[in-house]
Amino acid sequence: MASRKLIIDGNEIEAEDTITLLQACEQAGAEIPRFCYHERLSVAGNCRMCLVEWVGAPKLQASCALQVRDIFPNKDGTPAKINTNSAPVKKAREGAMEFLLINHPLDCPICDQGGECDLQDQAMAYGRASFHRFNENKRAVENKYMGPLIKTIMTRCIQCTRCVRFATEVAGVSELGATGRGEEMEITTYLQQAFTSELSGNVVDLCPVGALTSRPYAFNARPWELRKTESIDVMDGMGANIRVDTRGRQVMRVLPRNNDEINEEWISDKTRHARDGLSCQRLDKPYVRRNGKLVAASWVEAFAAISSKMKTCAPQRMAAIVGDLAGAEEIKALKDLMTGLGVVNLDCRQDGAKLKSTPRQGYLFNTTIAGVEAADLVLYIGTNLRWEAPVLNARMRKLWLNTNVRFANIGKAYDLTYPVAQLGESADVLQALVDGRHEFADALKEARRPMLIVGAGAYCRPDGAALLKLAARLAMDTGMIGPAGIHEGGWNGFNVLHTAASRVAGLDLGFVPGDAGRDLDGILSGAQSGEIELVYLLGADELDTTKLGNAFVIYQGTHGDAGAHRADVILPGAAYTEKSGLYANFEGRLQMANRAGFPPGDAKEDWAILRALSDVLGQPLPYDDIDGVRRALSAQCALYGSLGMPELPGADPGIWNAIGDTGQVDGGLSLASPIRDFYLTNPIARASETMAECSRLFVTGDLKLAAE
Amino acid sequence: MSVRRLAPDDVQPSSFSFDPANKDRVEQWIAKYPEGRQASAVIAALWIGQEQEGWVSKPMIEHVAGLLHMPFIRVLEVATFYTMFNLAPVGEFLVQVCTTTPCMLRGSDEVVAACKKHIHPRPHTVSSDGKLSWMEVECLGACVNAPMLQIGKDFYEDLDGPKTEALIEALRRGEVPQPGPQNGRHTSEPLGGATTLLDRRAIIRVSGAGHDGGQATEENAKVMVEGSPTHGAAGPTSPGTTR
Repeated sequence: MASRKLIIDGNEIEAEDTITLLQACEQAGAEIPRFCYHERLSVAGNCRMCLVEWVGAPKLQASCALQVRDIFPNKDGTPAKINTNSAPVKKAREGAMEFLLINHPLDCPICDQGGECDLQDQAMAYGRASFHRFNENKRAVENKYMGPLIKTIMTRCIQCTRCVRFATEVAGVSELGATGRGEEMEITTYLQQAFTSELSGNVVDLCPVGALTSRPYAFNARPWELRKTESIDVMDGMGANIRVDTRGRQVMRVLPRNNDEINEEWISDKTRHARDGLSCQRLDKPYVRRNGKLVAASWVEAFAAISSKMKTCAPQRMAAIVGDLAGAEEIKALKDLMTGLGVVNLDCRQDGAKLKSTPRQGYLFNTTIAGVEAADLVLYIGTNLRWEAPVLNARMRKLWLNTNVRFANIGKAYDLTYPVAQLGESADVLQALVDGRHEFADALKEARRPMLIVGAGAYCRPDGAALLKLAARLAMDTGMIGPAGIHEGGWNGFNVLHTAASRVAGLDLGFVPGDAGRDLDGILSGAQSGEIELVYLLGADELDTTKLGNAFVIYQGTHGDAGAHRADVILPGAAYTEKSGLYANFEGRLQMANRAGFPPGDAKEDWAILRALSDVLGQPLPYDDIDGVRRALSAQCALYGSLGMPELPGADPGIWNAIGDTGQVDGGLSLASPIRDFYLTNPIARASETMAECSRLFVTGDLKLAAE
Repeated sequence: MSVRRLAPDDVQPSSFSFDPANKDRVEQWIAKYPEGRQASAVIAALWIGQEQEGWVSKPMIEHVAGLLHMPFIRVLEVATFYTMFNLAPVGEFLVQVCTTTPCMLRGSDEVVAACKKHIHPRPHTVSSDGKLSWMEVECLGACVNAPMLQIGKDFYEDLDGPKTEALIEALRRGEVPQPGPQNGRHTSEPLGGATTLLDRRAIIRVSGAGHDGGQATEENAKVMVEGSPTHGAAGPTSPGTTR
C-alpha cells in the first residue's frame, strides 16, 4: 500500500495513502477535535472543528475531508508540513466553536448529555475563555418525535448530521433527514414518524451533543454517578460487547463497547433498552407449589421439595433443558449434576434445533463476523438476519455498500435493508441448488468466496437435520468448504446462525441427549404421556410449557415468565448482569460477562444454586468456587481454557459429511424465521416496558418494521 | 426566511398526479440521467409539479418520491431547502417582490406596502378573493430596472406604489398588463430614450467587420439594433400563463 511522508507538528511520519489527514494526525499523536467526523460514517466536513494548517496552503484544511494521497510534498521535495496546534489553527477552532455556541443553549445543568458531551468537553479545551460577543437571541427549534427510544431536544442540535448518515448508511433506513437550510436547518424524520430501525438507539451515542438522548434513560442519572462494567450481551447469539452502567443495584443503561471483530460499535435496541426488564418480574426468592399455588419458601424448603421428588424418580424419567441466556458455568454444573444422577434426557436446544454437538464446525458461524467482509456471495437459508442478529445485518449492509457482493435468500423474504435475490421460499429450491438444477447454481460455483448462513428457520424445522445436510452438500459442492474449498486458502463459508447466547456453549459442552436419551420433542412427549416425571428448566421459557403434562417442573431462572408459571419449584437465579459468566457467541468466540450488580433478594448465581442442590441430593459437584467450575470447564472442553477466538482446525472433508442427517425434506414448507417479535425474544425483554412499547409500535402496531 | 414546513393537513390535497403533458416532461427529465441516478431529476419534477399546482404539497412530495424511488425524507429535504418551492397554497397570481439592496434603495418598500394593502397584510397568504398572494424574494437580477416584481415568468419593472396598485387591480380585473418597465422606457434604456449608440451606420460597420465582405444593408441594421429580443419587447403575454 502506498504511503506518504508528512511532518505533523514537527514529527515526521509515514502515513498510508488511503487514510484521511485527521487519521494521520492522530497516528502522529495529535489530538484533533471534531463533531461531524465519525470513523464509521461517510465524511461530511461541515463542523469545521478539525481544521489544521498545511504550511504553504492558502487556507486551513478540514483534516477529516482531506486524504493523505492528496497532500503533495513541498516544491523542494521535503514532506508537507502540517500544524495542528499553531496560532491560526487555534484561532480557527475558537471561531468554529464560537459559531457553534451562538445557537447552542446553555442548559447543560438539565441536559442528559452533561458530563459526557463532546461539545462541553471541546468547549473547555478549544473555546474562548470568558469572552463572548453575541447578545442576540438564540434560535429555538421545535422538538421532533422520533419514536419511543429517542428523546429529542432539537435546540441543542449542531447539525453535524451524524444521525442522518447513520440512519442512511448503517441502519439502512432513510428516515432521518435535514430539512431547510442555514440557520433553519432541522433534523427530523419524515413528518415526525418514529424512526423504525432496530439499531435506532445508536444515534443517541453518535449525537455529539444532547439533541438526541435516550428516552427511557431521560433524567435518570449522571455519568459520574454510574459504575461502569464491561460485559457481554446475551440478547442474541452475537455476543455484542457492552458496558453496563449501574447505580447501586440497578442497571441504569447499557452502552456498546468497540470491538471491530464483533459489533464494531453498534448494538441493537434490544441489547440497549431491555435493561428495565432486569428490575421487573424478577424472581427474588424460592417458591414451592403447595395445593396448586406457588408460595414463597426458603432455599432449604425448595431444595427439600426437589430432593424428595428426585429420590422417588428414576433417572430415565427425569430430564433437563437449558434456556437461551444460560452461561457456560451453569450449563456445565447442570450437566455434571444430571450426569451424576444418571439422567440422559438433556437438551440445550429449546427451540427444537436439529443441530448435533459434533462436529463443532457444524454449528458455528465459521466465516466469523469480521470474516464476512471478504465474502463475494452470501446465501441466506431460512433466516431473518435483521431480527436474528441486527448488528451483523448492518455489517452485511456495509459489505453491500462497499463491495460487489451478491445476496440471495431461500426462505421467507424479509427486508434486510439491501437488495437480496429471492430464490424461493421452500426447501425445494435448496434441493434444486444442490442438484445444480437452479439457475443460481452457476453463480454459486463462480463466486470466489461464497458463504451461506443457515438460520433457525431451517435447522429448527422437523426436517432440520436433512436441511443441514443439504446445506453442507451445497457448501462442499460450491467450494465454500471441504475438499472443494480451493478458491481461497482457508476460506470457510458454512455458517449456522444462532439466536440464543447459550446455544454454542450448550453444544460445546455436550448438553444434548446421551445414549438413548430423549431430545426436546422426546422430553415433551414423554412428559405428556407420563414417562417423564421431572423436568429441570434452566431458564428455559421459549418451549411450549403446556406440553409439560403432569411432570414435576423445577424452574431455575430470573423472571416470572412462562417457565416459572408452570413450575412446581422455582429457584431464583442471577441475570447476565449479575454474575460472571462465560458465553460463546455463534462464531464460537468465548467471552466473559462480568458482574455489574448483585441479584435481587435471595437470588443466587446459577452455578452456586446447582452446587448447593447437588449437596442436598448427596451428589456434591467437585467445585466450590467459580474458578473451580471454570477449571472443570476447560478440563472437559479445552477451548474454554482461554477467552477469545479459538483456532479452527482445517477443513477435513469427513467433518462436513457428518453435518446433519439424511432424511426426507418437506419441500413445500416455507423456511420462515421463528422470531415473531424482535423485541420480545427472551424473559428479560418480555419483562421490559420499553421493549413492550417498541413491540406495540413496530411489530403489532401501525408502524410495522419493514422486516416483518 | 423562516422555518419551512409543509402546509397544515387541512389544506393538503388528498392526492396528486402529473397531467399527461407534465408527465411527459418529467419523464424527459428522468431520461436525462443514467440508470440508478434518477433521483437527480427531483428538482425538475418538483418544479414541474409546482408549475402545475402552484405549490408543493405533501401528496406531490410522496408522488415524486415514488416516481424517483427516493425515500420521502430525501424529497422533503429538497423541497424545504429551496425557497423557490412554495410549500403552501398560493394565489392565482403569485407576486414575488424583490427586496434586495438595489430594489430596496429604489423604493421596494412602497411596492411591498402596496402588496400588503391590496393583497394581504401578511406574505405567503392568499387574498380573500383567492386571486393573489405575495412574497418577498431575493435578487431576481433585474437591478437596472429596480424596483421590480415577478409574476409567473414575467417581470414588471420600474415600479412604485401607485403603479403596483394599478398592476394588482388590473390582475384582479382579469386584464393582462404589459410586462417589462412600467414607466414607459424601453428595456433598460434611459427614460427619455437612448442617448448613446445613435449612429447606426457606425454600429453596422463595427459589427459587420467580422463578416465576409462586411457589407450590411440598412434593413439588417434595423433588425440588429431594434429587433434584439428582450423581455417586455416580445409582445404581450399573459402573466402566469404557464400555470
